[in-house]
Amino acid sequence: MKILGIASYYHDSSAALVIDGQIVAACQEERLTRIKHDSAFPVNSIKFCLQRAGINAADVDHIIFYEKPFLKFERLLETYLAFTPKGFISFARAMPLWLNEKLFQKKLLGDELKELGFTKEQTQKILFSTHHLSHAASAFFASPFEEAHVLTLDGVGEWDTTAIYAGKGNELTKLHEMAFPHSLGLLYSAFTYYCGFKVNSGEYKLMGLAPYGRPLYAELIRTHLIDIKPDGSFRLNMKYFDFATGLTMTNKKFDELFNGKYRSPDDTLEQVHMDIAASVQSVLEDIVLKICFFLKKKYNTKNLCLAGGVALNCVANGKIEKLGLFENIWIQPAAGDAGGSLGAALAAHYMHLKNERRIELPDAMQGAYLGPSYKDDEIEELLKSKGAIFTKMSDEELIEFTSAALQKEAIVGWFQGRMEFGPRALGNRSILADARSEKMQKVLNLKTKFRESFRPFAPVVLEEKVNDWFNYEKSSPYMLMVAPVQKNKRTENNMKELSGLSKLNEKRSEIPAVTHIDYSARIQTVSKNSNPKLYSLIQRFESDTGVPVLINTSFNIRSEPIVCSPEDAYRCFMGCNMDILVLENYVLLKEEQPEKNKQDYSHLFEKD
Amino acid sequence: MEFLKEFGRFMMTRKKYWLAPILLAMLLIGFLIVFSKGSATAPFIYSIF
Repeated sequence: MKILGIASYYHDSSAALVIDGQIVAACQEERLTRIKHDSAFPVNSIKFCLQRAGINAADVDHIIFYEKPFLKFERLLETYLAFTPKGFISFARAMPLWLNEKLFQKKLLGDELKELGFTKEQTQKILFSTHHLSHAASAFFASPFEEAHVLTLDGVGEWDTTAIYAGKGNELTKLHEMAFPHSLGLLYSAFTYYCGFKVNSGEYKLMGLAPYGRPLYAELIRTHLIDIKPDGSFRLNMKYFDFATGLTMTNKKFDELFNGKYRSPDDTLEQVHMDIAASVQSVLEDIVLKICFFLKKKYNTKNLCLAGGVALNCVANGKIEKLGLFENIWIQPAAGDAGGSLGAALAAHYMHLKNERRIELPDAMQGAYLGPSYKDDEIEELLKSKGAIFTKMSDEELIEFTSAALQKEAIVGWFQGRMEFGPRALGNRSILADARSEKMQKVLNLKTKFRESFRPFAPVVLEEKVNDWFNYEKSSPYMLMVAPVQKNKRTENNMKELSGLSKLNEKRSEIPAVTHIDYSARIQTVSKNSNPKLYSLIQRFESDTGVPVLINTSFNIRSEPIVCSPEDAYRCFMGCNMDILVLENYVLLKEEQPEKNKQDYSHLFEKD
Repeated sequence: MEFLKEFGRFMMTRKKYWLAPILLAMLLIGFLIVFSKGSATAPFIYSIF
């Protein structure tokens, strides 16, 4: 049974193909169109999924969309009515779009699908999941658990903003939900906006900024903005927010509450913004942990699955793990809306078609390597057409050469196999560098990625060595857990006497480039099975240096979608400060490349 | 036509019959704006739709 899942028309469009319960392919449209968070119908991703499986459109048995448009429309109307006459401008702008196309999404989807060769019969039978069910299904059915509770947290879907599901076999049952406008995701996004970052993409920055500040405003947030109950349920005080009916996230009253400290994107980051970031992060963690306690108390949950955009808050995930309430935690790597296509397809397979549950170990995501891959002859043809200078190496030569280059502080673009699904680069579309280097965090941020110097980098570590370096004993293949660097790896410093971004200049550990200023690190563990080539590289690096850790950051520059094709990779390599590009077994040195191929293209992308 | 049938079924399931007159009125008035093109989401910091 072949099922195509689609997520689109909001942000992060994607497609996923599930055949007989196995995830065959999944891809985000932004990677193929090169438009960040592309919300267009995922025509390219669907083509890729079909091509990868070697099937035609007509072979697909079921098509499923990740949410219910009518339900979303109902929420919009009810919200506008509830707040009327406030919100008329927003209403007047939203309705033409809905009456023009969004309300007729089934027809819209059908028309687009017919262009791709799907038949009228297929498009008339399109199924519609719900937003949070898609998230929950992406987490539970891809997890290794026969039975689990699923917590989904995000901005908003149709009505739900937070939900708890019970998963058993091929069933998911919703137990609790919280509805719009009371949303943890939107609360966090409101502060993201207030601190001058872009909503729906700058939330990572707010999380990264939090350790530079102190949670001085946490009590203020709890007193005025959100009423948190002991079971983790909450209500936002909508007097301070504008997102339900306005054009911005927060309003004047909110600004007054924080003494007019709103930061516009081009303003300098001040200590107060770091304190605000730390405060909202602490409130978010408080709520998530309260929900976890509630789950344990009420259901004695053993296995917990997480999905939804808030599940990408790896600092909060680390706190859940540290609590030790649950035996196992599994987080969907494509926890954001892009994962909705996959969840919808899995929900159709198990819940609609009632197929027997198939459990794969360690999980069904295949390391999240579900995207396109490229053959040697395609790569070679491209490089020749660009006049690029390259060498083809054997696996052994490549590992030896790359390890040696990394030790000399080279920045290496590492492009291998199938592209990752989800927001993290996990070693197939990555930039690698030496985590021991004191200057690397600044160099990578400012000269390679063209972004703020405070942004932290994540370590990729050999799975069996993780506990030697980090206070963490499990595997974290999807870089979704934060844990502290082991005390014996930390170094003497003056951190306590410093404040704000000046802390960045202090060496904090033996691997300073991946040690955040609070000594935490967002860990990715790699095993021989999950990514053999990357594993071999780190193993070799360890035998050369004694350190089984590298920096792993996504292969892109600021605001650019992660590279997908060898062409994207070569352009990125030539457009930023990167020393070496490894495309499968082809190695390119920057210094040898033709001058004419060097092109700064950073202006093509908006600041995020 | 199929859209109206489906929306009718949706309202029955959700028991939100008050949606019908609003939608109908909006669809009628909508003829005036249906053909107005351009991005409606552009000015939003965070569109809730």
